[in-house]
This record gives sequence, C-alpha cells and structure tokens, in this order.
Amino acid sequence: MPNMSKTRNEMPAQAPDVRNKNFKEVTLGYSEEQAIDEAQRCLNCKHKPCISGCPVQINIPAFIQKISQGNYEEAYQVISLTSSLPAVCGRVCPQEAQCEKYCVRGIKGESVGIGRLERFAADWHNAHPVGKIERPEPNGHKVAVVGSGPAGLTCAGDLAKKGYDVTIYEALHLAGGVLVYGIPEFRLPKSIVQKEIDTLQGLGVTISTNTVIGRSISVEELMKENGFEAVFIGSGAGLPRFMNIPGENLNGVYSANEFLTRINLMKSYQENSATPILPFKKVAVIGGGNVAMDAARCAKRLGADDVYIVYRRSEEELPARREEVEHAKEEGIIFKLLNNPIEILPNEKKFVGGMKCIEMELGEPDASGRRKPVEKPGSEFVLDVDCVIVAIGTSPNPLIKSTTNGLATEKWGGIVVNPETGQTSIEGVYAGGDAVTGAATVILAMGAGKTAAKGIDEYIQSKKN
Amino acid sequence: MYKIIKKKALNPTVTLMEVDAPFVARKAEPGQFIILRVDADGERIPLTIADFDREKGTITIIFQIVGATTEKLNHLNEGDSIHDFVGPLGVASHTEGLKKVAVVGGGVGCAIAYPIAKKIHAQGAEVHSIVGFRNKDLVILEDEFRKASNRYFVMTDDGSYGEKGLVTDALKKLLDAGEKYDEVIAIGPLIMMKFVSKLTKEYGVKTVVSMNPIMIDGTGMCGGCRLTVGGETKFACVDGPDFDGHKVDYDEAMARAAIYKDFERHSYEETCNLFSKEVI
Ligand SMILES: Cc1cc2nc3c(=O)[nH]c(=O)nc-3n(C[C@H](O)[C@H](O)[C@H](O)COP(=O)(O)OP(=O)(O)OC[C@H]3O[C@@H](n4cnc5c(N)ncnc54)[C@H](O)[C@@H]3O)c2cc1C
Ligand SMILES: Cc1cc2nc3c(=O)[nH]c(=O)nc-3n(C[C@H](O)[C@H](O)[C@H](O)COP(=O)(O)OP(=O)(O)OC[C@H]3O[C@@H](n4cnc5c(N)ncnc54)[C@H](O)[C@@H]3O)c2cc1C
Ligand code: SF4
Ligand code: SF4
Ligand code: FES
Repeated sequence: MPNMSKTRNEMPAQAPDVRNKNFKEVTLGYSEEQAIDEAQRCLNCKHKPCISGCPVQINIPAFIQKISQGNYEEAYQVISLTSSLPAVCGRVCPQEAQCEKYCVRGIKGESVGIGRLERFAADWHNAHPVGKIERPEPNGHKVAVVGSGPAGLTCAGDLAKKGYDVTIYEALHLAGGVLVYGIPEFRLPKSIVQKEIDTLQGLGVTISTNTVIGRSISVEELMKENGFEAVFIGSGAGLPRFMNIPGENLNGVYSANEFLTRINLMKSYQENSATPILPFKKVAVIGGGNVAMDAARCAKRLGADDVYIVYRRSEEELPARREEVEHAKEEGIIFKLLNNPIEILPNEKKFVGGMKCIEMELGEPDASGRRKPVEKPGSEFVLDVDCVIVAIGTSPNPLIKSTTNGLATEKWGGIVVNPETGQTSIEGVYAGGDAVTGAATVILAMGAGKTAAKGIDEYIQSKKN
Repeated sequence: MYKIIKKKALNPTVTLMEVDAPFVARKAEPGQFIILRVDADGERIPLTIADFDREKGTITIIFQIVGATTEKLNHLNEGDSIHDFVGPLGVASHTEGLKKVAVVGGGVGCAIAYPIAKKIHAQGAEVHSIVGFRNKDLVILEDEFRKASNRYFVMTDDGSYGEKGLVTDALKKLLDAGEKYDEVIAIGPLIMMKFVSKLTKEYGVKTVVSMNPIMIDGTGMCGGCRLTVGGETKFACVDGPDFDGHKVDYDEAMARAAIYKDFERHSYEETCNLFSKEVI
C-alpha cells in the first residue's frame, strides 16, 4: 500500500540560528525509516512522468522501489546506470524545476522527495563501500580532459571505465571545479567531492593540478606532442560579470567568485587560513541565483549582522533553487526584491560606504518570457552597507578559445559543439558543461560529460578500423 | 611538489630561488608570472618569472620578504619543495621592433624588469637601465643589469651608492639631454610607476608599466586583480600584467593594494613569532 500522505517527509536540518554560524552541512539527510516512508509515497506510475524531467533520465520509480524494499545498494546501482554524481546531484539539482516538477503526487500535495531519496541512496553507498574498485583493462588510448568540474570528472570517469588512459588538467591547486571553489561546504561537503575524485584515481585517472591549458600547454600541443588522441574541454564559465556602475572597484566590492573562492577554496573561514576576507558587518549581494544565495549565506556565517539580497525582479523570478531561498530566509537574509543598484558609494577611506539603489516594477514580458523590470522614477535610496558582492552571472573564460586555432565559439564565448557527440569544430576535440552552455547546472554538465565520453569513444574506435 | 634547486639571498630582504618546474619553463617568457602556495594551507601569491632555463626545466623567482607568505617561503631551503607552482601566467611583454628603450626599476621591481631588459638587449636594441633603491645594502642584480644594458644608472634615496635621488630624476636628465626612446618600461612601486608615467607623458614617450594587484587564481576567474585602464576595467592576470602607463588609474590601484593591510600585518607578526624572529 502506498503512503498517501500529502506532505513529504521533512528533511532533518540544523536549526537556522545554529547553522547560520557554522559551515557544517545544513541538511542532515533522511534516516532509513524516513527514506522508506518517503519511498512508499511513490506510486510507481506507468508513464513515469518524473523521468522526463530528469536531464539524464534516471529511472526514478525503479530506484525508489528499491529503497522502499530496503535494497539501498541496488537503488544506488539503478541511479549509477545514468548518473555519475548522485551524492552531488541529490543535493544541488533544482529538483522543483526538473524531476519533482512532473511528479503526479505534486498535483494534490507535495511531490515525492526524489532528490532527497537520491541523496539517501548515494550516501548509503558511500558509507557502505562494496569492495575495491576494479581497474579496467587498459585499451592503449590516451585522452586529455581540461577542467575538473562535474563535466570533466564525468567524462574522465566514463572513459576510464572503458580502459582509456585519462589525464585531467586543472588550473587550480585542487580538483572539483565549482563544486570545490564555488558551492559552499554547508551545502555540499567537500568530502563528497573528494570521494568522487578518489574513485577516479582508483580507476587510474591522472589528475594534473596547477596546469593552465592555453598557458602551460595548449590543446594543440596535447594532441600533437603529448600523444592524446582526443581532448575534452570542460573549462566551465568562470569569468565574472560586473554591473559597470560607478564605485564597483572600491575596496569591499567582490565578485561572487572571488568572495566564494576566498571562503571555500582558500578556507578563509578557518582560523589558520592565510587568505584574508574583510571583517564586514553589512553586506549587499546583487543577484538572485544560487550563487547569490551562497554568497549571502556565507557572509552571514562569517559574522555579518545584516545581509541583503538585492534583486531587480520579484520573488517569483528568483532563479535560485527553492530550497536555497527558503534556507536563506530562515537564516535571516533580508530580501530586497524589485530593487536595482545604480551606484556604490565610497566612505572616506575609499572602502564601500553604501549602495544607491532604485526601486523597480514589472512591465511587459521580455525575450526570456519574464516580465521586464523597469525603474520607478524618483525612488532612489541608499542602502547602508560596507561590502557588496556582485553575483550577476559568469561567462566562459576566453583563454582556451584565444589559444586554440580553429575552435568555433558563439559571440558570448560558448564553445560550439554537436549536441549528439560533443564534438567541437576541431576533429578530436570535444567540449561540454558550462563552457558550452554558459552557467547552467551540475546535472547538465555531468550529462554533457557523458555524451562527450561516448562521442570520444566512438571517434577513437572508428579511427582504429 | 616543486623542488628548490638553488637559494641565494640577494640582500637582507630579497631572495632568489631556482625552482624545478619543467611545465612552466617550457613556455615561460619575460613579463609572465607564476602563482605559488608554500604549503597545503597556504595563500596563493604571484611572483614574476625572473629567469628560466628550458633545458634544465627551472624557473627563477626573486622575492622581497614583505609579509607572512614571503616570510614562510624564505624559510624553505635548497632541496625543500614548494607545494604548488602554476604558470606561466599573464601576457608576455611585447618587445618586437623595439630599437631603443629605457628600463626603469624600483626596488624588487628590478627583478621583474631584469628579464625584459635582458630580452630586449639580446634582440640588439639599445637599453638604458635606471634602477633605484633606498640604500646601498638593498641594491640587487647589478652585474646582471650591467650585462643587459648599454648604459646603467643606480639611484639611492640616501646617496649611499650611485647617485642620490629618484629614478625619475635620472630619467628626466636623459630625456632632457635629448635621448629618444621607443618606449620606457617602468616596474616598481605603484607610486614610482605613477610618477614615471607622469614624466614621460609630458615628453610624449610611450610607457609600459607592470601592475601587481592582489591576485588569487591568476586565470581571470575571481576579478580580484581588476584595475581601471583608460576608463575600462581590466583583469591584470589575463589582460596584463603590462599596461599603458599613461592610462592606468594609479590612485585606485594604490587604494586596492592596501585592502588587507591591517589583517596582513597581524598574520606577518604571527608568522614571525612562529619562526621567533624580530618583526622588522
Ligand atoms: C556558487 C555556485 C553555486 C551553484 N549552485 C548550483 C546548484 O545548487 N545546483 C546546480 O545544479 N548548479 C549550481 N551551480 C552551477 C554548477 O556548479 C555549474 O553549472 C557546474 O559546476 C558546471 O560544471 P563544469 O564542469 O562545466 O565547469 P566548472 O565546475 O566550472 O569546472 C571547470 C573547471 O575547469 C578549470 N579550468 C578552467 N579553465 C581552465 C584551463 N584553461 N586549464 C585548466 N583548467 C581550467 C576551472 O578551474 C574549473 O575547475 C552553482 C555555481 C556556482 C558558482
Ligand atoms: C603579477 C605580479 C608579479 C609579482 N612579482 C613579484 C616579484 O617578482 N617579486 C616580489 O617580491 N613580489 C612580486 N609581486 C608581489 C608579491 O606577490 C607580494 O609581495 C606577495 O603576494 C606578498 O605576500 P605576503 O603574504 O608575503 O605579504 P602580505 O603581508 O600578504 O602582503 C604585503 C603586501 O603585498 C601585496 N599583496 C598581498 N597579497 C598579494 C597577492 N595575493 N597578490 C599580489 N600582491 C599581494 C599587498 O600590497 C600587501 O599589502 C608580484 C605581484 C604580482 C601581482
Ligand atoms: S539527477 Fe537531479 S533531476 Fe535527475 S532525478 Fe536526480 S535530482 Fe532529479
Ligand atoms: S511521478 Fe512521482 S509518484 Fe509517479 S513514479 Fe515518478 S516519483 Fe513516483
Ligand atoms: S587573479 Fe583572479 S581574475 Fe585575476
């Protein structure tokens, strides 16, 4: 008998006024009882509408059935057929816009907690290792992967499982991409990412950190001089955008990337970190996506009294995951919606002294289908802040494009690929993830890494014959 | 891990290290830099590639001990290893077509200016080097500069070596004497680059400066190294570090360089305590 409760099992979490002072994971995960109870809410629908919402088509009812039967490892194996990073995606997928959006239980109540169950299965698997990883038989072919974000890690993993000799080149000193330098510990513990990386190394993948492709070595040299038959570019979309308003270069104005990198990658929240962050008290974060929520919640945890999200549209348009918005509110982040910054004002020491904003209202729908925000004349006001974090988006870094002859890109910098195979305009060179789509999601980057791994395998195998 | 092959103190606060980093050495060009972390908890700091040996696969760095990280770095010895060492980063200095240049170096900025002077000199161009230091004890790379220059002038603040005065005094004299440079290359403290640029603007001589804002990743990802050049925001790590000296907003750069001053003083003192050394 299915569990017909209209509401899902609540996710155990640290209390808001406790967690907003520490960097430990906010949500604690279902217990076995909760997971089984939640799994029993799934109706195992014939048409499986939830699957169509998952970018990598995980067989959702199948893995949920396994959980309801207590076969957690089997549940994990079902997910593994199509996804490489379930412990990550179960935590960070925008489920309400993907799988859970289509769940029939959502029509007359809350949808099944698919992401939470996915996380449960993955965490169970990680906590109960099933023996050593078998190294596949080498097939004698070498592939290079640029960037160690979810796209690169997935592509490398899939190829390594087929016996390829894979080397990942990463510009930073640590592998993981946005998963380590962007998304904070309290939302995605770094030990989970490290586990994925250990697994790859167990499969024989070499990770060369501190190597900037395009500077230390070019894509062309990888293929011509280093014997790689194919290269996958998963370099992400790491170039921060600024607003181009007066005062943006004042001390105390950070890009979200810089702010989050100082905190997550360089661990400036720890006592012994050598990388500093200013001891600000009143922080404005500009933007309404996951990045903005992460920056705001980090600022709060570092001891800021007032943290504002300044976003020019309304609550409905906030692009962040629903859960992050709710968590941010519970933690005391103040939402200044329908407001747009127009100038950052200096104090006498040339640090941030305030931010001038103007109120907005929603007008006609724009190209994105969302109602376009327009300024309300005469509504300017000054927000009293000493730190401003700009989280209005990122674009692909031009470094690889500018150092790779013949690599076709869109005007805004995205690499052009064949969506079926991931191949770029250059034979043997593949790409995927944010480098192709612009800033998107972990699951899409992972899916692109899988597509390209398949494309690369077919390319190399066809060359052999 | 990147092994230190050679270590030499150039003066009491400036150290030279030759580091085994074949991947960096293969591609390094004058004007480019590396980013290193001394240990697993370390801060990422940028240092210019002062020299390189492609065959040996080594990179030479020359650094001034100014804070916690450079202090820790200076405590490593030959045979020890640096945890992370990435490069070459930034755009190499443009040297093509130059026939006659003045290279102006201030303090440890000389370490950054030297490889450029050397390259331009090797191209057959006439190089006039003007270097400035606070006093005689701090003079570095004298022999190297002499070899790479047609004329060489040392200035000290107190007159204890070379001539007493600022590098701008010497440069002005040369310009007044009718020396015509294709380019002046000025590398040193921001305040020095600001005044060299002010001077050369009056004389209408193209000037290139090497900017050294606070950096983290060095790949264009954080925007922390941004500065205003000709009214536009530029990222020093990928668009530079060399920029048109007449277009840089030095006042903004100076304000940005001082962001973490209070914090760093504190961590420097802690590091010094760790090594139980007097804070100078
Ligand atoms: C703060 C933040 C929060 C986010 N929250 C979510 C979320 O909740 N849910 C979600 O689904 N998505 C989220 N995202 C988006 C998601 O993280 C990205 O879409 C995803 O990481 C893209 O993966 P990728 O592999 O394409 O690139 P990245 O993760 O960006 O990795 C690219 C890697 O390539 C390296 N690299 C770049 N250039 C070079 C080079 N020339 N040579 C060598 N290495 C190079 C970079 O250093 C980096 O490590 C968030 C992003 C940020 C920044
Ligand atoms: C492209 C570039 C090339 C450089 N080349 C050289 C060189 O060849 N030799 C040399 O001695 N120095 C060089 N520097 C400066 C050097 O990076 C700083 O002296 C060093 O980071 C100081 O670190 P610290 O912890 O010892 O001192 P801190 O106490 O951290 O800082 C002392 C001062 O150094 C500056 N600084 C601090 N952190 C950074 C950082 N991450 N990036 C840049 N500046 C910082 C600040 O102005 C600060 O006030 C270069 C800087 C740049 C950007
Ligand atoms: S990967 Fe994401 S979209 Fe797919 S089932 Fe899991 S949580 Fe849903
Ligand atoms: S739509 Fe919902 S109830 Fe139906 S199979 Fe998918 S998860 Fe289960
Ligand atoms: S150092 Fe981060 S963008 Fe230049």
